[in-house]
Amino acid sequence: MIRSRHYTPAHEAFRTTVRKFMERECAPHRTAWQKAGKMPRELWRKAGEAGLLCTKVSPEFGGGGGDIYHCLIIIEEQTRICLNELTFYLHSDIIAPYIELYGTEDQKQRYLPRMASGEFVAAIAMTEPSAGSDLKAIRTSARADGNGYVLNGQKVFISNGQIANLICVAAKTDGAAGAKGISLFLVETDKADGFVRGKNLRKIGCKAQDSSELFFDDVRVPPENLLGGVEGRGFAQLMNRLPEERLIMAMSAVANMEEALKETIAYVSSREAFGQKLRDFQNTRFKLAECKTKALLGRAFLEHSMDAFLEGSFDVTDGAMIKWWTTQRQNEVADECLQLHGGYGYMMEYDIARRYADSRLGRIAGGTNEIMKDLIGRTL
Amino acid sequence: MAPARSTLAFTDEHALLRDNARRFFEAECAPHQHAWEEAGIAPRGIWKRAGELGFLCPRIGEEYGGLGADFLVSVILAEEQARSGAIAPMFSLHNDVVAPYIARYGTETQKRAFLPPMISGAMIGAVAMTEPSGGSDLKAMRTHARRDGTDYVINGQKTFISNGFCANLVVLAAKTDRDSGAKGISLFLVEPDKHTGFRRGRMLEKLGQKGSDTAELFFDDMRVPESALLGGAEGHGFGQLMDRLVEERLFAAIAAIGTIDRAISLTVQYVKDRRAFGQRVLDFQNTRFKLAEAKTEATILRVFLERCIGEFMAGELDASTTAALKYWATEQQCAIVDDCLQLHGGYGYILDYPIARMWTDSRITKIYGGANEIMKDIIGRTL
Repeated sequence: MIRSRHYTPAHEAFRTTVRKFMERECAPHRTAWQKAGKMPRELWRKAGEAGLLCTKVSPEFGGGGGDIYHCLIIIEEQTRICLNELTFYLHSDIIAPYIELYGTEDQKQRYLPRMASGEFVAAIAMTEPSAGSDLKAIRTSARADGNGYVLNGQKVFISNGQIANLICVAAKTDGAAGAKGISLFLVETDKADGFVRGKNLRKIGCKAQDSSELFFDDVRVPPENLLGGVEGRGFAQLMNRLPEERLIMAMSAVANMEEALKETIAYVSSREAFGQKLRDFQNTRFKLAECKTKALLGRAFLEHSMDAFLEGSFDVTDGAMIKWWTTQRQNEVADECLQLHGGYGYMMEYDIARRYADSRLGRIAGGTNEIMKDLIGRTL
Repeated sequence: MAPARSTLAFTDEHALLRDNARRFFEAECAPHQHAWEEAGIAPRGIWKRAGELGFLCPRIGEEYGGLGADFLVSVILAEEQARSGAIAPMFSLHNDVVAPYIARYGTETQKRAFLPPMISGAMIGAVAMTEPSGGSDLKAMRTHARRDGTDYVINGQKTFISNGFCANLVVLAAKTDRDSGAKGISLFLVEPDKHTGFRRGRMLEKLGQKGSDTAELFFDDMRVPESALLGGAEGHGFGQLMDRLVEERLFAAIAAIGTIDRAISLTVQYVKDRRAFGQRVLDFQNTRFKLAEAKTEATILRVFLERCIGEFMAGELDASTTAALKYWATEQQCAIVDDCLQLHGGYGYILDYPIARMWTDSRITKIYGGANEIMKDIIGRTL
């Protein structure tokens, strides 16, 4: 049970809706999606109808008018069915806020309601083959050309890259201005000649989620699709949003620790070896005690951080701390829990195997954990 | 200064107390810590001084001469002492472990006899549970109290007793019924100066925490009156000891976190001053990363500690969560202090540097208050 004065009965009601959705619309298809390497766009439509998209966006733009706990609930519930690759949070809580916070009125009107309905599935394209955490080094360019911009360049590791039809692309409008030369563009893929999706990249985990290379070859973007209508603000816009993104990653890390623990307790309580239950071995109890301790600390820090976030005091250092710590511990917990499953832990039909593979991404995505330590180290 | 963004109800009065406590530990204790370590014991005078300032047993009610302060006052005192590094006098043991036995379980006569001198510092308390053959496994204790008329005659031996030399009041665990296991254990309030048959062994030489006296105690037909039986009824000792463990472990964690804060701040200072290969040691990426890790652990631990303190004050803190806190806080203390020592290079190995002492002092924390393996057992059993 979530302990926060900001968590209300309305949140609990929302959880019921989300759980039903996960069980009916997602769980039965999980394995097929993982084989296909992506989820159908239709799922977004259904999610939109059920009120699971853009939960935080203002009702004025078709959103749910909720808060960060709605995001937590979705993440907890998808973790419960072991579907870490579901990217509603990316669409709703990372990309939609770019438009709501930085977009022009026209952009909000044009995109947010259709994102909330699931008509648009969004992606964000920052990373390039030669620039990941070091965002200033991106090479994709946006050249002003009469009425609009012309995009050229290449992106990689883009989540939702295969299924998205609205992509927020970071590009340089001024190649000489460093961070201040970066701008964000809203690219509607159906209208973008010269836009090509590369192959769906094969990953260690999160297999039902598509990740792509994207190519932009003289792609024309109208001027009204420059986010916020002013050039050079992209870097600041991206940076401002990072603490929240990292907090969202921590939600998934904590929820995964808890679920892994639950599954493993159930497993060791039923499995026997050498004439006793696995849980009766001291090593089992000690390892689970260590995992439980990490989950407890992670949960306490998450709830504390979410409240700090809602009260406006959650900063870059806080985001860095919670992101590296929870994802690091998530990896340790997944590994220990897999070990306690023995050979079954190595079989993908067991959720713990999936959690193990999925968890590895957390230490890299959203800024590597080394970047997190660098951010914290700067405050010493 | 109260911790940033505390979720606990620290008031201006608490802030004032924190200032006073910090001044006391820094000005009146820290300069002598080294000498106390050399002597293996802190002098009685510092206990009297702490008593004068209201730093002994502040939570005891005014009717016994205490301040009737809240739990946060004890938290502040324990934290500030750890942060100062002047850890030789074990005030928290006296305040938060020994005194509550009497305040909570003692008869009115016992409270009137012992609490006022404990508050003034005239009496220093110790708890004698551990025996050579039984540490965390309390039920295995052998010290025996035989009833003889209106007296008890106690025989046995205790070891690793903190405050064992300076204490003039020992809460002693003994079996009043050898056949009843846990229910055969009772606690006695023993005054070493008053009873024949009480003998202290040698002062034990320890790896760390050298300024705190640690003793073996021997009881050889030691005769105590029945009024020395804590609470006046036999067989409650095990329950009393167990009841107190949550709070004792909470204080172990408070001290751990105070020590972690101190280790980090000393090390940040050191790596800013020290240069190597033409730059500050802080400017090496490894240094920043190690300290970033330590700072994160400290931050998360404090959040968890505060949550536990809040739950404790509301009467909701359970044994398993407390065990998780004690285990993790002390493991992190040892790991962080070790990393911080490493960043000091060769100086970190020299006992003139506080970080070296903190390293030796830290090791016991994973053992005392119930070994961390016991903590894991407690957590593991509740899964």
